[in-house]
Amino acid sequence: MDDIKTLTLAGALEGLRAKKFSSVELTQALLDVMKPSQADIHAFVTIDAEGALAQAAEADRRRAAGEDAPLLGAPIAMKDNMSVIGQPCTASSRILEGYIAPYDATVTAKLRAAGAIFLGRTNMDEFALGSTTQTSGFGPTENPVARGCIPGGSSGGSAAAVGGGLALAALGTDTGGSIRQPASHCGIVGVKPTYGRVSRYGIVACASSLDQVGPMTKTVEDAALLMDVISGHDPMDATSLDIPVPRLADAWAGADPAKPLAGMTLGLPKEYFGDGLDPEVRALTEAAAKRAEALGATLREVSLPYSPYGIPTYYICMTAEVSANLARFDGVRYGARVSCDDVLGQYLKTRAQGMGAEVKRRVLLGTFVLSSGYYDAYYNRAQKVRTLIKRDFDAAFATCDLLLAPVTPEPAWPLGVYQDDPIRNYLSDVLTVGANLAGCCAMAIPAGATAAGKPVGIQLLGPNFGEPTLFRAAHALELR
Amino acid sequence: MEYEVVIGLETHVQLKTHTKMFCGCGTAFGATPNSHVCPVCLGYPGALPTLNGRAIRLTVMAGLMLGCEIAKRSRFDRKNYFYPDSAKNYQITQNDAPLCLGGHVDLPGGRTVRLNHIHLEEDVGKLTHRPGCSGIDFNRAGTPLMEIVSEPDLRSADEAIAYLTALREMMIYAGVSDCNLEEGNMRSDVNVSLRPKGQEAYGVKVEIKNMNTFSGIHAALEYEIARQTQALDRGQPIVQETRRWDPDLGETFTMRTKENAEDYRYFPEPDLPPVVLTQEQIDAWAKDLPEAPAARRERMMKDYGIPEYDAGVLSADRALADFFEAAAKRSGNGKLTSNWVMAEVLALTAKEGTHVKDSALTPEALGDLLKLLDAKTINGPTAKALLPELFAQGGDPAAIVKERGLGQVADAGAIEPLVDAALADNPKVVADYKAGKQAALGFLVGQVMKRSKGKASPQLVQSLLRDKLS
Repeated sequence: MDDIKTLTLAGALEGLRAKKFSSVELTQALLDVMKPSQADIHAFVTIDAEGALAQAAEADRRRAAGEDAPLLGAPIAMKDNMSVIGQPCTASSRILEGYIAPYDATVTAKLRAAGAIFLGRTNMDEFALGSTTQTSGFGPTENPVARGCIPGGSSGGSAAAVGGGLALAALGTDTGGSIRQPASHCGIVGVKPTYGRVSRYGIVACASSLDQVGPMTKTVEDAALLMDVISGHDPMDATSLDIPVPRLADAWAGADPAKPLAGMTLGLPKEYFGDGLDPEVRALTEAAAKRAEALGATLREVSLPYSPYGIPTYYICMTAEVSANLARFDGVRYGARVSCDDVLGQYLKTRAQGMGAEVKRRVLLGTFVLSSGYYDAYYNRAQKVRTLIKRDFDAAFATCDLLLAPVTPEPAWPLGVYQDDPIRNYLSDVLTVGANLAGCCAMAIPAGATAAGKPVGIQLLGPNFGEPTLFRAAHALELR
Repeated sequence: MEYEVVIGLETHVQLKTHTKMFCGCGTAFGATPNSHVCPVCLGYPGALPTLNGRAIRLTVMAGLMLGCEIAKRSRFDRKNYFYPDSAKNYQITQNDAPLCLGGHVDLPGGRTVRLNHIHLEEDVGKLTHRPGCSGIDFNRAGTPLMEIVSEPDLRSADEAIAYLTALREMMIYAGVSDCNLEEGNMRSDVNVSLRPKGQEAYGVKVEIKNMNTFSGIHAALEYEIARQTQALDRGQPIVQETRRWDPDLGETFTMRTKENAEDYRYFPEPDLPPVVLTQEQIDAWAKDLPEAPAARRERMMKDYGIPEYDAGVLSADRALADFFEAAAKRSGNGKLTSNWVMAEVLALTAKEGTHVKDSALTPEALGDLLKLLDAKTINGPTAKALLPELFAQGGDPAAIVKERGLGQVADAGAIEPLVDAALADNPKVVADYKAGKQAALGFLVGQVMKRSKGKASPQLVQSLLRDKLS
């Protein structure tokens, strides 16, 4: 087998199809690197070695019988907020300890139908509320590339697993940058699809109007392979759109190898290159823009004037939805329960003990912004600004095919830093929340590293359902 | 002082759908607890609601029946509160963009009660309390409910019941709900206040929650009106509060006061896109609407020349009214058909404990039977004798009459010998009649009928007898 740590999903599928190795061998090789990494990297909340090997043996049997499927025998890591029937699903929260999902999420069912194997469940910020994976109820994850640093979050476990070579590919969820930011910090590809492109059914909801599931992979090609499996309308998710889904694995077919971006206009939103941007991040982003130009793209400065309101708008919309979405975790029907003589006491104790400080902070914020007397000043106003932010993006996409921007204002910071400064953490989402508020598609791709060796990604943003163009450009621009 | 009573009702009506509002679970009543549940109605992590299209259609039909404006764009909201009967600790409802706006219910006697709106929401689970523990049955959780909100236009407990009765009749009529009170299909929150007669401003209102019997609502209102009257007469202020009716004690009790009112923190449900309806869609659904019972009553009086009482009884039951109209059209005699449906058919259904729509009697068969009667092809007793058979087994009356030779004999020449024989055989009765005993004639008619094996025209027999005896 090739080096398991650098093996891509496409490479693994090629090896499986050529019978260079079996799925059991592949799965075992991954388990062999995963298990020792748990002591320091701690990318996984749960590793299902037995189940994964059984699924792998079944995949080998099917392949021996002449069957094939898009992901037959390929192990995939799932973020801990995705339902896989029979597996725990805690969203890294103590309040869901002991809960076993009784059903498959739609993305799980689609991966399963495509022949994928479920290796285990990756660590995350508790209920996806965070951008460092340090709010996990089960301990933080460490960045496997920039050691000693955060992997980003909330899909930090998925990013660390893929970036550290512990998984071929993973799924994450992105509510305000939770796929793109950790992908950037761990040197991998992370896609936030257009809202409504991928079903949310079976994903523990963070903020329903912002959440999207997306792939986290080593290459754009691998991301396309996964997108082609998980995308599409789902009758179980009323917010998934029933429109045709173009095949992304073909997105770059036929492009001129010398000028693959010929005819494409990339906008550089000036608000995303402001004073707060780390100089090395700025330099790497500008270098990526130059490469795009060399590959045939036309660059153009654009403005997203409402960007400065992105963070407050996002933190009002998100916390409001979170406060309602997390209300169901009350210890009555499933998960951890702290018993009490009366029902109110049971609620209070269960939630006080089962939920971490950041979760409580956001539930309280969300409850506040929806409260009578404050609703118009906060929630309602934020909805209006959200519409204005969406219009910013519409206007930008009227003149550009895609936008090119940094993902985060600075590279991964050391574990433990800013942990007592929630506002500082919130502000680091400034470049990613826009895509979620507008609903448009976006992707982080590796763009190099700082002098200290910390990975830095850049972000490409596309209009709603503009994934084919997004993938075509990303494929040309990614540094492999 | 004299007070005017002001009552407004918020009535929850369970829609007649096979499945729940936001998932595919069944809505059948009386199942084993927690047997009609799934991740969606149990509020499991990751589960999402999807809209039941039939619930939308039925609510629109209810709105059209009640003269509401149907919103082209409506929306669902989350109502946030913690309670163990709520699986998500929020209820999906419609707070400020309901499906139906305005509307009215016309009461017998001409008063009109305006509606504020009708919105859709999901029901909660059912709690049962035992010593030391409580149980939750989520079978009912997620059942679609329509909340019909009236304006404060009702002025007495009797009027409130008249309103609910009319509403219930219309909802059953439109096929929107079974409105089965025992199964909790129709539950009301009652708002009641008093104001000095002649004053325009409303008094302080009290809400009595969740009542499902009309008698309970009536009693609770009478109690509450008396309580408030007494308090106001003594100069005690009414506290704005929610009260609970205890049917055993026959009293209302404070549940919570306004100061303790919950803040439900409503906000648009992000898991469901707005409901967008086109005029074409609404028009198509309107075609399935039945005529409102009151309008039908009026029309049937005019079209069939039947009395108001008959029209009222017939129109109150949509299937019976449909049966009557089809039979009357067939027979060509509305009044005769009405008499027969009201007397003979309803007697049979009462006796058999069934509905005519579930019997073998088709309106065509009844119409044909009455046509034979009307044309004097058969006589009344023959028709009456045939009805139970048609009711039980069905059949074509004309064919039966022909096959069994049941056609009545209206030929005086054929009947006269029978009359003579009857007179000859009953000299004492003849003597009684001649002595002025009118009832004796009936006996003689019966004797002739018997001799004709029931086929003689009774009118003809009577006139022949009278001739012979005079």
